[in-house]
Amino acid sequence: MSVTARLAWRNLWRHGRRTWLTVGAMVFCNALLVFMISFQLGSYSMMIDSSLSVLTGHLQIQQKQYNSEQRMRYSIPNGVALATELRDKSGIDAMAARGTTFALASSEDRSFGIQVMGVQPEFEPRVSNIPGLVKTGRYLQGNATDEIVIGSVLARNLKIEVGEEITLLGSGRDGSFAAGIATVVGIIDSGMSDLDRSIAQVPLGYFQDVFSMEQQVHSIVANVQRLNAVAEAKAQLAGLIASPDLVVLGWNELQPGLKQAIQADLFSNAVMYAVLIVLVAFSVLNTQLMSVLERTREFGVMMALGLRPGGLARLVFLETAVMSLLGLGLGCLLGTAISLYFQTNGVYIPGMEEAMDKYNLPGVLYPQVSTISVLIGPGIVFIGCMLAAVYPALRLHTLQPVAAMRAV
Amino acid sequence: MANNPNVSAGILATLAWRNLWRNYRRTLVMLTAIIIGVWAMIIFSALMRGMLTEMVHAGLRVLPGEVQIHHPAFRDDPSVVNSIPQPTGPLLKALNTEPIEAWTSRIKVPGMISSERDNRGVLLLGIDPAGEIALGFDLDEVVEGRFLESPEDKGIVIGRKLAERLETELGKRIVIMSQDPDNDVADRGIRVVGIYRARLQATEELNVYVGRSTLQKMLKIEDQVSEIAATANSYKTVDSWWPAVAAAAGPNMDTQPWMTLDAYLGTMLSFQGTINLVIMVVIFIALSFGLVNTLVMAVFERVREIGLMMALGMRPQWIMYQVLLESIMLLGLGLVIGNALAAATILPLEGGIDISMVGEGMEMAGMGATLYPALAVQDMLMATGVVLALGLVASILPAWRASRYNPIQALAKT
Amino acid sequence: MSAVSCKNLSKTFHQGDQIIKGLDEVSIDISEGEFVCLSGPSGSGKTTLLNAMGGLDNPDSGEILVGDKRVDQLGKGDLADMRLHNIGFVFQAYNLIPVLTAQENIEFVMQVQGIPADQRSSKSRAILEEVGLSGHEDRRPAQLSGGQQQRVAVARAIVSNPTLVLADEPTANLDSKTAIQLIELFVKLNVESGITFVIATHDTRVMDYCRRLVRMVDGKIVADDQQPGKGVAD
Repeated sequence: MSVTARLAWRNLWRHGRRTWLTVGAMVFCNALLVFMISFQLGSYSMMIDSSLSVLTGHLQIQQKQYNSEQRMRYSIPNGVALATELRDKSGIDAMAARGTTFALASSEDRSFGIQVMGVQPEFEPRVSNIPGLVKTGRYLQGNATDEIVIGSVLARNLKIEVGEEITLLGSGRDGSFAAGIATVVGIIDSGMSDLDRSIAQVPLGYFQDVFSMEQQVHSIVANVQRLNAVAEAKAQLAGLIASPDLVVLGWNELQPGLKQAIQADLFSNAVMYAVLIVLVAFSVLNTQLMSVLERTREFGVMMALGLRPGGLARLVFLETAVMSLLGLGLGCLLGTAISLYFQTNGVYIPGMEEAMDKYNLPGVLYPQVSTISVLIGPGIVFIGCMLAAVYPALRLHTLQPVAAMRAV
Repeated sequence: MANNPNVSAGILATLAWRNLWRNYRRTLVMLTAIIIGVWAMIIFSALMRGMLTEMVHAGLRVLPGEVQIHHPAFRDDPSVVNSIPQPTGPLLKALNTEPIEAWTSRIKVPGMISSERDNRGVLLLGIDPAGEIALGFDLDEVVEGRFLESPEDKGIVIGRKLAERLETELGKRIVIMSQDPDNDVADRGIRVVGIYRARLQATEELNVYVGRSTLQKMLKIEDQVSEIAATANSYKTVDSWWPAVAAAAGPNMDTQPWMTLDAYLGTMLSFQGTINLVIMVVIFIALSFGLVNTLVMAVFERVREIGLMMALGMRPQWIMYQVLLESIMLLGLGLVIGNALAAATILPLEGGIDISMVGEGMEMAGMGATLYPALAVQDMLMATGVVLALGLVASILPAWRASRYNPIQALAKT
Repeated sequence: MSAVSCKNLSKTFHQGDQIIKGLDEVSIDISEGEFVCLSGPSGSGKTTLLNAMGGLDNPDSGEILVGDKRVDQLGKGDLADMRLHNIGFVFQAYNLIPVLTAQENIEFVMQVQGIPADQRSSKSRAILEEVGLSGHEDRRPAQLSGGQQQRVAVARAIVSNPTLVLADEPTANLDSKTAIQLIELFVKLNVESGITFVIATHDTRVMDYCRRLVRMVDGKIVADDQQPGKGVAD
């Protein structure tokens, strides 16, 4: 260790309590940031996962107008064939074609206007978790059979059970009257009330028959392994699509609300964190200012011995850096430990289920510890603390050695 | 003869105040930190309060009425089968009692709506326009055409977004379709007489307004309605009057306040205080390290004086009071300025902050694209309370330590 | 009657491995109205004895009586009250409270005693006049010279009408002229108000004024002589 470093280290411990209090502020802030950011990132990825895995998927290929206006006629010609072709060429296996429309679903006793979806039973499980959420009965099997699976709340409202029939009334793609009768083969219970109230799926072939779709579909849904591989896959699929009428959309375009909800949350939390960081920086500013002011005489002596103000400023920065690193290390350690504990055990906030449900979140949340979540908060705190040392360090330049030595 | 508490308070205050400004740089740095902290506490609460009020209003505005009465099975199964008769007898009397300012009854059934181009699932609302207006429907929201004129009105008012989806417009005929109690499809052609805008797109797509009698005729349910809604024009006071309505409605009807009807809003609102408190405490903890540090330093450099005062006959606990007083003055000053600054920040913004950048994200939470921060005295009091209470707790240790000095050793310190 | 009476006081300090006898079986009896100097080299125990008399420091053994109170048996709070009402202190480095003005420094003691504001103000002014500082009421310690500060300290010590004033090297930081002015103020107060003075000093200018000179070495009283003592110069 150089003499300056040794000097800096010892100076810090001249007022051990003060140094620890300042470090304490950093540790508190850092640990809180690590936990909160891990918690947020964990919630976001759960939010994205649970929102996308239901229906949206990571990517969708659609007719270019369909996303803004979901009309029956904005469809993809030869969709099933295109999906097969893309599956082969891109190597993305998780790909399925869908048709979507509104229809009046009637049972013996009741009728409800619902969104009916035509899916490929063979491929749908690869892009959505709905096939896995069938509680009673089974998921769809045939490609063109007259079967239907519906949500549990919808089934209750329609007073219908597995084996009974539902009449679907709506309009075909060509504007003609469309009607079909399908047998309920399964009931889906996702636990998300909105979904369970509205979901209804039939085989795509049957859907195309009933709603005069011919070979058209409305979307081809694709899933990739990880969320951050979406951009790459999007570019690849876009390259494979010849038709200028079709577009590839990422999840953030399909569900802008999801991304914006995350952004809004990120932003409001960032403001809160900024306040905390500023407060900690003030704590550092106070400590370093005090430490500079009370050493005026000592600094005078050092200047008299030939040390330049710049050298003294370096000393102050070094002291601040040592202190901040201490806060960084201990804060990260503490924050990571807390986050890891909850990553295994989960965070349950009693009474918040309703709020969570709104964002497709389960009652228990799990923080997600990563290098980023651990380092970003404390890193900014560190920078803030170093900035706080600027003013005390600048004051050194105004010191006059003789006057300084006379100071008390 | 002992140290006289009443008279000495004056000198303690003088000492504390002047000591505060001895090291004015340190005091100013700390004061700034406290001001920022207090400011942030109140700003966050105001944004939060504004957000929630907005959510509640948006939630209540869609279908107004803080208290709603339904068929016991309706909330689980919103079907035309689960209807109730128009209020009579004691219920009618209860609904016309203070503080209820207005009430109305509606039919609320799921249905389909079709234009020649497209069709959608919607919520068919059979209403009495006069009642809805009394309950808070804002006529300014009808941006094209007119609102319904009577329960017998033969027209339909739909949302702007729905009109877009259906590719229909004012004056065009569309078809509404639902089921009657016998599960026969009931439908009728109806002319679009008005188009409304709502804060939330989802609302515009979902709710369509039809005359109550018109819908009753179509569904073959004379004199039956789905819900009775009443308002006292304040979502906060509902607890004081809804039990009386519930009692009058009797056990054969399901009477609920909005907190139960919209559990999400209810939860958020009941959590508001707790969340604000947690935020305030967290901010204060970040502050407290600096505060304790400042006090420790202030005591440290005054050890000699403290020894002197003890030698002169000041009781130890008075030394403690002096340090506490200094802390309270610092906090008090920060609170006054922080509160004032927060008020000065929020009041000009109460007209609304545009957050349409993340508008759809906000819509997910049931909010519009404008945020109206709300300055509330109770938040300011809460921030003040938190800062003073926790500030005293944080100051006790340095103050206590100051009072523990041995006068001789303290005096000998250079 | 005794103003202060000590019997067999002992006190040891530890300094590194060494044990130092601050006070070694010291007994002394000072009557009301006496003007006593404690002299001796540094470390001889004079400050320790003074502190013990003022209840600032507890001896390991022995008895101290101030008036009729057993100082060694009082609790912290009662000791504080005793100092407040019965004893005045004057220290080597003036030890004024820097944030208070000259007058406020004096009123501070009275305020702690609970004396009403109107009385405080008139009395503190009178006392400042008595010590020759009229016109300096609103100055803070930093705006006063060393001698003036020490006069304020004296004024503060006598404002509560104590029976006993304990002064520890009061002239150490003062030039000759100021030192003599201060000690003459002591003598004047002693003669006119009958206040008992005990002054620890090794300043011969001060000792010349004492009527009783107690000499200490290594925590023991080695001499205790009555002497004429100078009067106030005309």
